[in-house]
Amino acid sequence: MKKYIAVDEKDTRSGFGAGLFELGQTNQQVVALCADLIGSLKMDAFVKEFPDRFIQVGIAEANMIGLAAGLAIGGKIPFTGTFANFSTGRVYDQIRQAVAYSNKNVKICASHAGLTLGEDGATHQIMEDLGLMKMLPNMTVINTADYNQTRLATLEIAKYNGPVYLRFGRPVVPNFTNPNSGFEIGKAVTYEEGTDVTIIATGHMLWKALEAWDILHEKNIHAEIINLHTIKPLDEKAVLSSVLKTGCVVTAEEHLRNGGLGDSIAQLLALRNPAPVEMVAVDDKFGESGKPEELLVKYHIDTPDIVEAAIRAISRKKG
Amino acid sequence: MYDIDKLKDIACQVRRDLLRMIHGSASGHPGGSLGCTDLLTALYFSAMNHHPEKFEMEGKNQDLFFLSNGHISAAWYSVLARSGYFPVKELGTFRIMGTRLQGHPTPAEHLEGIRIASGSLGQGLSVAIGNAISKKLNGDNSTVYCLMGDGEIQEGQVWEAAMFAPHNKIDNLIAIVDNNGKQIDGPTDQVLSLGDLPAKWKSFGWDVLEMNGNDMDEVVGTLKVAKNRLNNKKPVVIIMKTEMGMGVDFMMGTHKWHGNAPNAEQLEKALSQIPETLGDY
Repeated sequence: MKKYIAVDEKDTRSGFGAGLFELGQTNQQVVALCADLIGSLKMDAFVKEFPDRFIQVGIAEANMIGLAAGLAIGGKIPFTGTFANFSTGRVYDQIRQAVAYSNKNVKICASHAGLTLGEDGATHQIMEDLGLMKMLPNMTVINTADYNQTRLATLEIAKYNGPVYLRFGRPVVPNFTNPNSGFEIGKAVTYEEGTDVTIIATGHMLWKALEAWDILHEKNIHAEIINLHTIKPLDEKAVLSSVLKTGCVVTAEEHLRNGGLGDSIAQLLALRNPAPVEMVAVDDKFGESGKPEELLVKYHIDTPDIVEAAIRAISRKKG
Repeated sequence: MYDIDKLKDIACQVRRDLLRMIHGSASGHPGGSLGCTDLLTALYFSAMNHHPEKFEMEGKNQDLFFLSNGHISAAWYSVLARSGYFPVKELGTFRIMGTRLQGHPTPAEHLEGIRIASGSLGQGLSVAIGNAISKKLNGDNSTVYCLMGDGEIQEGQVWEAAMFAPHNKIDNLIAIVDNNGKQIDGPTDQVLSLGDLPAKWKSFGWDVLEMNGNDMDEVVGTLKVAKNRLNNKKPVVIIMKTEMGMGVDFMMGTHKWHGNAPNAEQLEKALSQIPETLGDY
């Protein structure tokens, strides 16, 4: 019998829209900017209710990042919204100089991240964004798992003073995290305790990891499931203490292997407590058009890939 | 308020400062710095309402200045120090390891007067516009200034910002383009022609003024005119003609001094043309 069954499904971007709207009601300093993608970013409610605090920048993302930095100097809390590709790669130098190096209180909110953007294909499916953002000093990097978590993260980052990259996605996916649990930046959440293998998942991959838990459970393999919604700063304590118990790790993310969550975990373990690591992530290649679920299968970042990786990781343990 | 002669004296000292600073670290950008010295002096000692004695990031109810062409940092640092943001003697640390006076300006070192990093070109106008919007939202009627280089506006982001500001009626902003006609690789006309700058900005919806940026009378007067043109549903831009290397004969009429430091002999020759008016640091 499966423990993890989706009873509710929503898109993470709608969680962002809901959180932003609540912030509009509660925090007068919050200002939203969008580069011609109001509907896609689910910013409609904010735009309608708070037109004076909404800035339509047009298809001009570089300008949007600069505007946000200038607003932050004036004490505002700017939330920029566009696709992940245009939120990061297109404006990397603007973020580097005007936001990260200048340490401005700008919230870069990015939808349509990863393969699950689907049919639009590789031009839009950025899978390098976590790496790009985590390499910037001063930057906090968050990748949320579902609607509830995205809403809570949106509310929470407004309270934190500093640059944040908040990554979420396009598709409708299971909505299962506790809507009342709160959200603590930099704090891992343990979903299942186990002794055989630690599975660390971020973003849409958390649900896949929980599905994998069901399958592993049937095989009498006890997996510990950890959600690392914050890629940076990394909750080192949670990772190290779990691996001390299980002795091996699987990481799961909708991102390239280079520069992603797995890369951070492998670095941490190599320095502090070497242990076998298997990474469920996309190889060194671009994506392509297709249905989100088809693409996850083709690019080997689906539930069975996590199960296989767990079995491989366990087999690599010494003794 | 300083009279024109006093402003000229200050500008003279700033020119000495920046040359000595650049010589001291054997690196920096004297050409554009010398060209923009009169403007920076006029802004900080005449046009702007600001409080150097107690710097705070937001600068509420103060006029704010954003330097987009961050490589002329030496001139800006001197003007900031001479107007009281930080001790003048600190100018001697310019570009030396451990300094708050980094090669290009940054708030990361908590140097009073600096609110954003610049150096990677083309970003300052966007930041200035964002700040101008925050002032409007905050009910703050102060003015935001932004200086850009002419070579700098080859960057596409400048034109994103140039399109945005008139569309959104950002009329508490004065942008200034330092039109010295030169950039690292040569005259702008040879590297990448800028065309008819006043016509370009006008066609984007800006209220356009022109001035000789090396005539203190004209600079002070034009800045006053620009301020009077604000609050009229349009941003104002001043196309400012300057001479790169202004004040030092052998640095003028060439792009060669964009980013080269004078050696001891060259410094002595340069300083002999610029009297010490306020006392060297």
